[in-house]
Amino acid sequence: MDRREFLGGTAAIAGAAALPGSALAQSAEISFFYPVAVGGPITKLIDTYAADFEKANPSIKLKPIYAGTYQETIVKALTAHKSGTPPVTSVLLSTDMFTLIDEEAIVPFDDFIKTEDDKKWLAGFYPGFMENSQTGGKTWGIPFQRSTIVLYWNKELFKEAGLDPEKPPQTWAEHLEFAQKLTKRDASGNVTQWGTQIPSSGFPYWLFQALTTEADALLMNPAGDTTYYDKPGVVEALQYWIDLSQKHKVHPPGIVEWGTTPKDFFEKKVAMIWTTTGNLTNVRSNAKFPFGVAMLPSHKRRGSPTGGGNFYISKKATPAQQQAAFQFIKWITQPERAAQWSIDTGYVAVSKAAYETEAMKKYVVDFPPAAVARDQLEFAVAELSTHENQRVTKALNDGLQAALTGTKPAQKAMEDAQAEAERILKPYR
Amino acid sequence: MNSRATATIHGWLLLLPAMACLALFTHWPAVASFIESFYSTPRARRPARFIGLDNYQQMLADPIFWKAMSNNLWFAIGTIPASIALALLMAVWVNDKIVGRTWVRMAFFTPTILPMIAVANIWLFFFTPQYGLLEQIVGFFGGRSTNWLGSQDTALYAITIVAIWKEAGFFMIFYLAALQALPPSLGEAAAIEGASRWTYFRRIQFPLLMPTTLFVLINAVINAFRMVDHIFVMTRGGPDNATTLLLFYIYQVGFSFWDTAYAATLTCVLLALLALVAFVQYGILERRTHYR
Amino acid sequence: MSAPTAQPATHSSRTDPYAPKGLSLTLESTGAILLAILWVLPLAYAVWAAFHPAEYTTRFELTAPLTLDNFTRAWAAAPFARYFLNTFILVTMILAFQIVLGTLAAYALARQDFWGRDVAFALILAQLMIMPDALIVENYRTLAKVNLIDTIPAIALPYIASAFGIFLLRQTFKTVPKELDDAARVEGASPLQVLMKVYVPLAKPTYIAYGLVSVSYHWNNFLWPLLVTNSVESRPLTVGLQVFSSSDQGIDWAVICAATLMTSAPLLVGFLLFQRQFVQSFMRAGIK
Repeated sequence: MDRREFLGGTAAIAGAAALPGSALAQSAEISFFYPVAVGGPITKLIDTYAADFEKANPSIKLKPIYAGTYQETIVKALTAHKSGTPPVTSVLLSTDMFTLIDEEAIVPFDDFIKTEDDKKWLAGFYPGFMENSQTGGKTWGIPFQRSTIVLYWNKELFKEAGLDPEKPPQTWAEHLEFAQKLTKRDASGNVTQWGTQIPSSGFPYWLFQALTTEADALLMNPAGDTTYYDKPGVVEALQYWIDLSQKHKVHPPGIVEWGTTPKDFFEKKVAMIWTTTGNLTNVRSNAKFPFGVAMLPSHKRRGSPTGGGNFYISKKATPAQQQAAFQFIKWITQPERAAQWSIDTGYVAVSKAAYETEAMKKYVVDFPPAAVARDQLEFAVAELSTHENQRVTKALNDGLQAALTGTKPAQKAMEDAQAEAERILKPYR
Repeated sequence: MNSRATATIHGWLLLLPAMACLALFTHWPAVASFIESFYSTPRARRPARFIGLDNYQQMLADPIFWKAMSNNLWFAIGTIPASIALALLMAVWVNDKIVGRTWVRMAFFTPTILPMIAVANIWLFFFTPQYGLLEQIVGFFGGRSTNWLGSQDTALYAITIVAIWKEAGFFMIFYLAALQALPPSLGEAAAIEGASRWTYFRRIQFPLLMPTTLFVLINAVINAFRMVDHIFVMTRGGPDNATTLLLFYIYQVGFSFWDTAYAATLTCVLLALLALVAFVQYGILERRTHYR
Repeated sequence: MSAPTAQPATHSSRTDPYAPKGLSLTLESTGAILLAILWVLPLAYAVWAAFHPAEYTTRFELTAPLTLDNFTRAWAAAPFARYFLNTFILVTMILAFQIVLGTLAAYALARQDFWGRDVAFALILAQLMIMPDALIVENYRTLAKVNLIDTIPAIALPYIASAFGIFLLRQTFKTVPKELDDAARVEGASPLQVLMKVYVPLAKPTYIAYGLVSVSYHWNNFLWPLLVTNSVESRPLTVGLQVFSSSDQGIDWAVICAATLMTSAPLLVGFLLFQRQFVQSFMRAGIK
């Protein structure tokens, strides 16, 4: 049976419940933790999905629990794991994979992949997303709400600065050159409009990883037990970022708040911003001027890290619950639903097939920026993820913030961060 | 049974519910933190084991711990005297028959009612570069643009200011109640002696307010180690730990790094600090305070 | 620690010789009003942002159109009704327990002379310094052991025995004349009856003042509820607000301010209506 045809209608999906393996799933109740990282009526969407799924699989009761931001959701899922009753499945950052494995909190998906259809489904995801979902030959997470970083630019301000409003910067050099033209100062030398801005509060490592990828440098090894924070390419990337603000003065000084960055853009205080594709819907509804969305400028290559969340299945759940959860995950990541999810939220759809659905094709025609993230996926790399992820990442965050606020030179900041990461990761080799 | 024994049984029975709760949620966890600080953090395959002072050694070598300590010290130095002085000033003002007294009193008290977690978002707007409120005001007077929360030199000040704003009005209520309870005859007597307003305040009102000051001081000290809500919204401890306070660091270590043993070690330091402060306050200030 | 004791307030119509007059009154009023404006600014801004469209959150133009849209959006974006209920249950539960446990303990400490009393008092006072917030890691563990995580009682438990409350009530009970106590006993009242008939009514201002402090504290408490709640069913307003305002898309001040006003409205209105009684009960309770 062709997969698309198989998924044609609800009746067919109901049939999925009768597939081999699902016999185990009789009247299982599965709790499901998910975070909301973008605005919009996400909780309502999830509730609708849950209701639809229950209708199609009457033997399974699904209990979606909105658990806050990604940070809060992992805290809650892990504490629940330690105290006995974790959610059967949760959407957590793809980068938390090693931590979850180390805590023995999750099971790999491989045991559930039985039929040809299952295998085809697993192979359908973009490889860029799977990098953060597989390690040691096993698949631990299934991509769900994933994103990458893109550049948003204000066409009106481009025109004012004498730039072609339809042409975003293609390279680092051009990005700097454009930013210089787009930076406006008043009579007393105060900047009234910045050329570009890359937010650096909270999780600067993620945006920084776009720069390091473009400089063709890696931040960690696939096994997640070694970081390369002090490699020349990494330092070069940081120097470029620092120079934007400290040398060329086309980027706001100090730490730029992630939360206010879209607002800065709407207020025309900055002409270009680097932020998540998850902001697409937000920018679309709030920008009062024509804007464009582009792939990030390249240096030695193009690139952006992926981001966002994967589905995981709890190790502590019963086999019946795990099977039911697997069924739900497979159900919700089918192309039609992945496409709708992407349209509703601005997240990148997780499989090629999703972009080939009618709904998605139509959406991309109506709103071409939606395709940018997809096209950039080809150049996407795995987001920084290691054992003791939070701590190792914090070492980098601290170093980046120290360098950006001018308390340490780039080289020294990255050396310190690397030394700290070494200390933490040593026991894992 | 003699009456003393009966009284003892009665007394402890009355105390029992409260003592049980305190034992469970204050005394025991304090002791447990201390014990746990000598063990390693249990991981999936490695159960906790006794490691002596290793956690403490790790702490002494941890630059973020020292940063959090010094931040907290400056935060305390910034918030405690300022909020108490402002509270006293506010109380003296609204105790007098000034114009619009009711509204002024209400205004001073609003921060106490608003949740810190919500107003932190509003303060974030005030501190936002370029179009934030502070920036609009500074810009109006031709001042230079500052990234208050995004610079290591100013972020801690910004956090401190929010804390002072939050606390002063709450302390004011205590001073106000105390001022209103002072007998007016004192003022009359002082006036007959020809004392100036300042002398009257310094020599009579202020010493009589000493018990209140002690009470407020204890609260201010505790708050200096307790108030971290706004950090969650405004800086998350950044830039580069410039606004990481001790309790926020405990939260990070305990609930995002899952290093519970190290979190327990940090908790012990926090408890020791609080105990030290308590001794100093009870020991030194007690003798200087004027009691009736 | 020796405590401030309740003192009868001597209100009189006598004029205060130090009351500011003329120029000094003007100066003092100006200073106070300026500071008040500064203090009320965040609230004023919240009102501005909440009642205007999002474009005006950073621009202050008198001609800006008014809207209630932000409130509708905030209300629709999160289950605030449930959060309200949770917070209401939470503060009521905490206050009820604090009062019952505090009254019993304070009575024992104030009027019973028994073996170990001073030690008990010292152990209680320890909580004044070792506040529950410092013990989040261990308290979390305890509650996880008894499977209470993600329930409203879990948020309440570490706070229901309050050293501050016990201390205040003890001080108040100590000011109750011993003769009243004796008289009641002569009439054959049991110790508990004496407590209920004599002490509790006399300590009413203390209960009110303490109640207000407790309610405003727990209405606004954040860190501990953040840790122990996972679901809408147990999450109080503060955590709900935080969850709702932190998103990848950045900050929408208009909606956040609307939500802030909504969630603090009960306390704000309450204080506005009862502020005189509030200050008076503080004064009579001897919390000063």
